[in-house]
Amino acid sequence: MKTKDIIKNGLIKENPTWVLVLGMCPTLATTTSAINGLSMGLATTFVLMMSNIVISLLKSVIPDKVRIPAFIVIIATFVTIVQMVMQAYLPALYDSLGLFIALIVVNCIVLGRAEAFASKNNVGQSFLDGLFMGLGFTWALTLLGIVRELLGTGCFFGHSLIGGADGMLMMILPPGGFLALGLLMALINHLRRKSVK
Amino acid sequence: MAKKAESTLPNMLLALTAIALVAAAALAALNGVTKEPIAQAQQAKVERAISAVLPAFDRLEDRDVDGTLCHIGYDADGNFVGAAVEAGNDKGFGGHLQLMVGFDKEGQVAGYQILETHETPGLGAKADQWFQEGNKGDIIGSRPADGALGVKKDGGTVDAISGSTITSRAFLGIVNDASEVFSNITI
Repeated sequence: MKTKDIIKNGLIKENPTWVLVLGMCPTLATTTSAINGLSMGLATTFVLMMSNIVISLLKSVIPDKVRIPAFIVIIATFVTIVQMVMQAYLPALYDSLGLFIALIVVNCIVLGRAEAFASKNNVGQSFLDGLFMGLGFTWALTLLGIVRELLGTGCFFGHSLIGGADGMLMMILPPGGFLALGLLMALINHLRRKSVK
Repeated sequence: MAKKAESTLPNMLLALTAIALVAAAALAALNGVTKEPIAQAQQAKVERAISAVLPAFDRLEDRDVDGTLCHIGYDADGNFVGAAVEAGNDKGFGGHLQLMVGFDKEGQVAGYQILETHETPGLGAKADQWFQEGNKGDIIGSRPADGALGVKKDGGTVDAISGSTITSRAFLGIVNDASEVFSNITI
């Protein structure tokens, strides 16, 4: 597989959020602000990259029948690393993302890429796939966070654009998350199809 | 590509055991590195909250009063200046609400900080600003020992957060409880 294809797949063609529609739980829950979406995306990118590298290296020594538990242990290890490092050095961010960091373990994207890509391809390609799948997830979460924060509180990355006003509260509550996700998904897939033609 | 390991029992046991051991070792090593900074970060958070809610102090004493943690402040001459009480209840709209409430030596509310909240963003979560000095629900300077604080809907004097009466009730209840604890501190 060509590097160009791996990059394109992660960012657009097989984007985990807009096209594969994986990992919706953190997508809806953490995108109440742009910075939360961005941080969650980057944390997931790190886990994706590292677990893809390790799983690709170990693919020939892991027997088929125990591959899923082996993958999960590897993924959980990297998630715990992210969690401990964030708690130690970025406590404010850890407070706002809290539980969802630990839940990266069960994010379908990570296990999905391990199973669909890293266990079949070499280390370099697996690393690139992890990186660009992660960045695809990150830009989707950041965009969703920007839209919801802007409509919900009138802020952009925490900076108020319409001083004093409250914004449409619903957008940072769960119903707004579903609405924003659905509408953005429709728009982005419309643009994507148009550009393919 | 190397031949894939067969799914025989010894192979499976070996692979899983080895992966689990390496993972455990890596995490144990990292835990040794991050343990200290995590404890420091939590300590710093508590200290920031204390200095935000107490009148200027020089020395702190932590004391357990009726099962509630209190941070008692003294000035340079050893005089009592006030205390910060860590109190909470489960009556918030989203569950547990935990506050650090500071009282000056007369038992007037000197300040508060929210330590833990699960209130609705944009509604109940506004409690972090709403009851501060100069805002609509200003409780700073009031003395709950003279009469428990309550929202206007319940015949009290404090403006509840619009649309968040439950949060406001829980919040004021905690401040009243904290005042109760404060009055039991013996210097």
